[in-house]
Amino acid sequence: MRDAIAELVHDGDTVAIEGFTHLICFAAGHEIIRQRKRDLTLARMTPDVIYDQMVAGGVARKLIFSWLGNPGVGGLNAIRRVTEGEAASLELEEYSHFGMVARYTAAAANLPFFPLRSYFETDLPKANPLIREIESPYGDGRVFAVPPLKPDVTIVHAQRASAAGDTQVWGLLGCQKEAAFAAERVIVVVEELVDEAVIRADPNRTIIPGLIVDAVVVEPWGAHPSYVQGAYDRDNRFYLDWDPISRDADATEAWLEEWVHGVGGRGEYLDKLGAERVASLRPGPAPSGSVDYGAYR
Amino acid sequence: MTEAFSKAEMMIVAAARELAGQRVCFVGVGLPNIAVNLAKRTVAPDLELVYEAGVFGARPARLPLSIGDPTIVTGATAVTSMFELFAFYLQGGLVDVGFLGAAQIDRFGNINTTVIGDYDRPKTRLPGSGGACEIAINARQVFVIMRQSTRSFVERIDFRTSPGNLGGAGNAARIRAEQGWLGRGPSAVVTDLGIWHFDEDGEMRLDFLHPGATVDQVRESIGWEPRIADGLARTPPPTDEELRLIRVELDPGGVYTK
Repeated sequence: MRDAIAELVHDGDTVAIEGFTHLICFAAGHEIIRQRKRDLTLARMTPDVIYDQMVAGGVARKLIFSWLGNPGVGGLNAIRRVTEGEAASLELEEYSHFGMVARYTAAAANLPFFPLRSYFETDLPKANPLIREIESPYGDGRVFAVPPLKPDVTIVHAQRASAAGDTQVWGLLGCQKEAAFAAERVIVVVEELVDEAVIRADPNRTIIPGLIVDAVVVEPWGAHPSYVQGAYDRDNRFYLDWDPISRDADATEAWLEEWVHGVGGRGEYLDKLGAERVASLRPGPAPSGSVDYGAYR
Repeated sequence: MTEAFSKAEMMIVAAARELAGQRVCFVGVGLPNIAVNLAKRTVAPDLELVYEAGVFGARPARLPLSIGDPTIVTGATAVTSMFELFAFYLQGGLVDVGFLGAAQIDRFGNINTTVIGDYDRPKTRLPGSGGACEIAINARQVFVIMRQSTRSFVERIDFRTSPGNLGGAGNAARIRAEQGWLGRGPSAVVTDLGIWHFDEDGEMRLDFLHPGATVDQVRESIGWEPRIADGLARTPPPTDEELRLIRVELDPGGVYTK
């Protein structure tokens, strides 16, 4: 992880750590804080606790997003401190969920914009002039356009990948595929490294081919406190605990010191979290039925 | 004899009953989530639950703690990318009812979830749209669940995140038709005091008052002179079965209902 972040994430980059409540790569976010990257533009549909920590850690200049919150709990307090009132210093560029997905889709497909029916009669285009109304070239009305979003780096957490970077995900897919194809560079972080044969046995599950992947990092539990379908549950206690910590700037700083700067990496973080806490997040089994792809020789 | 119930339980039951006969519902976390699951077990057994995280036909085995809880995936009909969910299911017109919450709402059901105060130097920075603006435009009907107060039911919202009936029904119908929206806009607002629908002018009208609530309380907790239906009725209290389903099956920990 250390090498991947050092080599592929540069000061001033636009970085997207995607994953919609599922598969959020906290391990990569923490490594970026530890390496004290600066002036990053952080893109993500739902900035979540990870971007609250990264903003508190001083790595961000700007956020591109569609929903700002600690899901199921409340607000993101470190971000609120730098976006409210006279203290507002963090630049914001906001869309709706479909607008963000459409932006990654446009970039992935090398299009100049993507049309959608959102934003009519709202104040969002006034708040963000990059959202523009256009006439259909077929004379059948007006739609809104959003521009492509091309991250310098997209970081995706996944259940498994081969050493070549062929990446498989199950459970919520979010917009990781779109964000990865949109990016200049892609880092895939996985729970498990598998043989190519495992990938080839189930090609429908592959969302990202190794063709576009620059680094594969094996980091079990790298998505904690978010979850990995089938591997571990969301650590809801953490999301609840973050609320009072993040309300206090000193407590936030102390947390980062202890849990990010104070550990060398995910392994030490997990040791600190404790085996009992980790074990409590394991779900029971619910295996998929298998399908037969057939052998065609 | 029906036992005592909380305001949240009354809101959940009232919202669930409004879903009678509906087929496809876009679910939000919290109270809407419990209301939709209650409706499926009572007045709308064929209801399909859609979650913006990318799930169609969810069968959550526990109360989801967030909009993307893993329990909405296991046992679902389909997991979709968010592109498919927003483009094909929602913008494609397959969603009958979408639930929205709001920090501020006006008499025409226009909603603010972005900022309180000025946009560039806000007093309070709220979450923003998420999927709300596209739900408001594309879902065939919109239901809102929120508590009433003069801070949230306001004459003028600070930011229009999600369009409702704009400046009135005529205007809204014209704009929605001209721009090819599939949604008809807001149709019900369920609060801790009663149930509002929208009249021929596109304005909120109080049709039901919950048990124990008074019209005076309604007037004191709203930022405009509200329209009250001539035939204002009492919301029937939750039945024993509705309360059992909420307390035993849907929110046994009382996370959202106490």
